[in-house]
Amino acid sequence: MRSFGSIDLLSFTTAFQYTVLLVIMALALGAPLALGFATMRISRFLPVRLLAAIVLQIMQGIPLLALLMFVYFGLPVFLGIRMPPLMAVVIAYTIYTAVFLGEIWRGGIEAIKRTQWEAGASLGISKLQQFRHVIAPQAFRIALPASVGFLVQLIKGTSLAAIVGFIELTRAGQLSAAATLQPLLVYSIIAAIYFAICFPLTLLSRKLEVRLHGSR
Amino acid sequence: MALVEIKGLRKSFKDLEVLKGVSLTVEKGDIVALIGRSGSGKSTLLRCINGLEETQGGTIEVGERQISAKMAGLREYRQRVGIVFQQFNLFPHMNVEKNVTLAPVLTGKVSKAEARKLAEECLAKVGMLEKINAWPEQLSGGQQQRVAIARCLAMAPELMLFDEVTSALDPELVGEVLKVMEDMARQGMTMVLVTHEMSFARNVASKVVFMHQGKIWEEGTPEAVFGDPQTPELRAFISSTHH
Repeated sequence: MRSFGSIDLLSFTTAFQYTVLLVIMALALGAPLALGFATMRISRFLPVRLLAAIVLQIMQGIPLLALLMFVYFGLPVFLGIRMPPLMAVVIAYTIYTAVFLGEIWRGGIEAIKRTQWEAGASLGISKLQQFRHVIAPQAFRIALPASVGFLVQLIKGTSLAAIVGFIELTRAGQLSAAATLQPLLVYSIIAAIYFAICFPLTLLSRKLEVRLHGSR
Repeated sequence: MALVEIKGLRKSFKDLEVLKGVSLTVEKGDIVALIGRSGSGKSTLLRCINGLEETQGGTIEVGERQISAKMAGLREYRQRVGIVFQQFNLFPHMNVEKNVTLAPVLTGKVSKAEARKLAEECLAKVGMLEKINAWPEQLSGGQQQRVAIARCLAMAPELMLFDEVTSALDPELVGEVLKVMEDMARQGMTMVLVTHEMSFARNVASKVVFMHQGKIWEEGTPEAVFGDPQTPELRAFISSTHH
């Protein structure tokens, strides 16, 4: 046993970088997929819509923890491939982001009246141009507060990656608590770090929401 | 050769047949006013001409080209046929200039550098030049509708469709929009309009078409249709609008 000291804070700093890395990778890989998923959900083609709906139902019914365990422990069994923890958690959080952010964006897109698509179409611009220039900017504005809210969920959700041995902030806390036998102090610090990141984002989300409704 | 040639057009929404074999000819330079009670199929007919609705029978030819909602080249066709909607449908996240120039720029009709000049020209035609930098939400309904007309004009269409464009406006704002349309008519634009403004139909239209129960019930010059209605339905309709 050792006492809590600068070495612990140092390890938190390193681990925190992995938390950030995980969030950034989940967003970088998940956001494009989320856009694809959102368009699948509103596709004109029934099979595509159905497939997306099934994926959504499955993902909504499974805890994030279970998804993580499945990717890390389950996929190697089914596919016979072993993957490093980083890869496993990135895959799991990418899927998570794609589905839930995609669903938020779908809501934003569907909140735009059909007549806006029609106005674009009647001017002779392509479907893609209608989406890119007419629908997406309006939908983005509507979906922004909820998207920031999702980001907060994602940041807190990365703590679950500790379960598969990925050393992010929470896992570093576990190790530090075990070594120093000062769990109350350690976890208070860990909690404070999460709070320091998430609280401003929550405020931002609320501010965006007010601005959005204020301008209507 | 007529600009628009519609023959035996049929259109249903599920089990409800709204157009039951409509035939209509529009010559270049015509101002055709579609009148009739709501539900008679006027707006649907107009939307079919723009390829916004799939049809179940008959043909629409515009400029000797067959039109359908699924045809290849629908986009190019729509660049030549403007439609103005009852609810304006301006893009709320763009200012007036951008609303007018979006489609011309995206379709390569004008360069970005020339876009401002095009917007100025088109807005001047509808008397909205001084609002070029305004946002749609800052404008009255009548002003928004005039911008919507300018947005169509920017594509230099050879045919303009108007779908009850004054119906959503406060009564005192109707006049300014009708005046713009009258100016366009005088300059030789071919127009098909669905309207409840009987005095406009009477004074500006070159042809008035009375629709009833999904069919063209009567058509002719304004003098003939309003002065000498042949059917009891048209007589009843005209007297119901005299207030």
